Amino acid sequence: MFDEKVVEMILIGIKDTLYMTLVSTFFGYVLGLPYGIILNITRKDGLHPNRIIYGIGDFICNIVRSIPFLILLILLIPFTRAIVGQSYGSTATIVPLVICAAPYIARVVESSLNEVDAGVIEAARAMGASNLQIVFKVLLVEAKVSLLTGVTITTGLLLGYSAMSGTVGGGGLGDIAVRYGYYRWQTDIMIVTVLLLIVIFQIIQNIGMRYSAHIDHRKR
Amino acid sequence: MSEIEIRNLTKRFEVKGMTVTALDNISLDIEKGDIFGIIGMSGAGKSTLVRSINFLEKPTDGQVFVGGVDLATLSEKELRKKRSEIGMIFQNFNLLEQKTALGNICFPLEIAGMKRSDAKKKARELLATVNLAEKEKSYPSQLSGGQKQRVAIARALATDPKILLCDEATSALDPQTTESILSLLRKINEDLGITIVIITHQMSVVTQVCKKVAIIDNGVLVEQGLVEKVFESPKTDAAKELIFEKKARYSPVERLHSERKIRIVFNENSSYEPVIANLILKFQAPVNILKADTRNVGGKARGEMILGLPESETIQDDMIKSLKETGLTVTEVEEDV
Repeated sequence: MFDEKVVEMILIGIKDTLYMTLVSTFFGYVLGLPYGIILNITRKDGLHPNRIIYGIGDFICNIVRSIPFLILLILLIPFTRAIVGQSYGSTATIVPLVICAAPYIARVVESSLNEVDAGVIEAARAMGASNLQIVFKVLLVEAKVSLLTGVTITTGLLLGYSAMSGTVGGGGLGDIAVRYGYYRWQTDIMIVTVLLLIVIFQIIQNIGMRYSAHIDHRKR
Repeated sequence: MSEIEIRNLTKRFEVKGMTVTALDNISLDIEKGDIFGIIGMSGAGKSTLVRSINFLEKPTDGQVFVGGVDLATLSEKELRKKRSEIGMIFQNFNLLEQKTALGNICFPLEIAGMKRSDAKKKARELLATVNLAEKEKSYPSQLSGGQKQRVAIARALATDPKILLCDEATSALDPQTTESILSLLRKINEDLGITIVIITHQMSVVTQVCKKVAIIDNGVLVEQGLVEKVFESPKTDAAKELIFEKKARYSPVERLHSERKIRIVFNENSSYEPVIANLILKFQAPVNILKADTRNVGGKARGEMILGLPESETIQDDMIKSLKETGLTVTEVEEDV
């Protein structure tokens, strides 16, 4: 039904979409995980409460999260250009994706760590653990299932956002859907790309949730 | 020098602009090798008190000496080192849910910087000590409450502590499991010479294992001494309330209110004599047995009985006198039984 060129284009689209999603999730966590840990530690009932640090972190997090992704994408064009040398294409899209995802991830991480039983933290303190040891040996370990669920949700979110970046020349399946499906009225291509996005989303979701359940030792 | 010395300890909390005094000027000595019970109703401040011993709660006023060292003088790092010499177990076990029994016991050793293989070896020995050798690969969710507490005990012992703090350690367990955990604690105390501090609201826990007891009421230390003494002749209302465990008992029959009631405690020797039968034969007047119980107090059998005396006051007084002559501890009881 499609000629070779279209098939090839779609395959490249899949590759680009996965590339944008996974790489931005990764770098999102590089920024967001420490960010979330700091929020958790400095919050009122955290390991080392600090109102000023928490206040600033909380404020920045809310600001970035309240900017719609599409606007952020445009606002960040000069920044993106400075970092990757161009403002279009899938690599360039990763920059705003990461900036958008990091505060979101920080919140997800913060709330995952909050779920860790205060009693277990107290037990660790009673054993003479330092705050750093509590973070790495208690919080991150005990919250791993919840953290992984967060990764799955974030990846799904970034898959959607990467498609949105197609409107400004971001590449990937979203780009194809917009260019062929919307501008050229080629409904068949649009449907195929949308279906592919759904399939990719389902696969990510399934793998993530199954793996979380697999490593969870709380209920058996 | 006592293992643990608490001097004029006061702890206040700020709650919504109000100052709450959780502990009020408490002084306490706990000797090396003791099993020391701290008992009080919930909210009495006993959990705060036990957390002062390892400085999880820092006192507002007063000092805590552990092994002769004033905890307030230690740096954060020295304090962490000190804490690793004080094991602690909790009501809710507080095990790491994502680690196996073995992993949980290795945890304090890893924190102390021990090599993983050495930690594992030590953890296996400890699992054997608490009779759970076959459960090393089990996760806490696969263990029963008693087994979880055993793992927690093994974990608390991993760093070879000199002191073991037990914060309501048996409150979430059924009576049989409580019994087995308590005998494990007693064994640890005897074999390893570890000083054990037991926080509880159950008198039965204190009478079963403790040598000494302190009673905390509303943040104040109201009574302390040898368990036998406190059990035989409690002086304060708080002590009586805890010993009679009246809330847990049946509701009193209306008629019994008016009677004069006494509580007698039998020791081992007097248990052989038919004291009550003799009493009735001697005075030719009936007594009403309102409650009778035997308990294991510090390894010795103690009988406890509450009697309703006949109406005549002269007979009442004579009966009390006669009982005292047999060598029993007799106290008058005001409370409903």
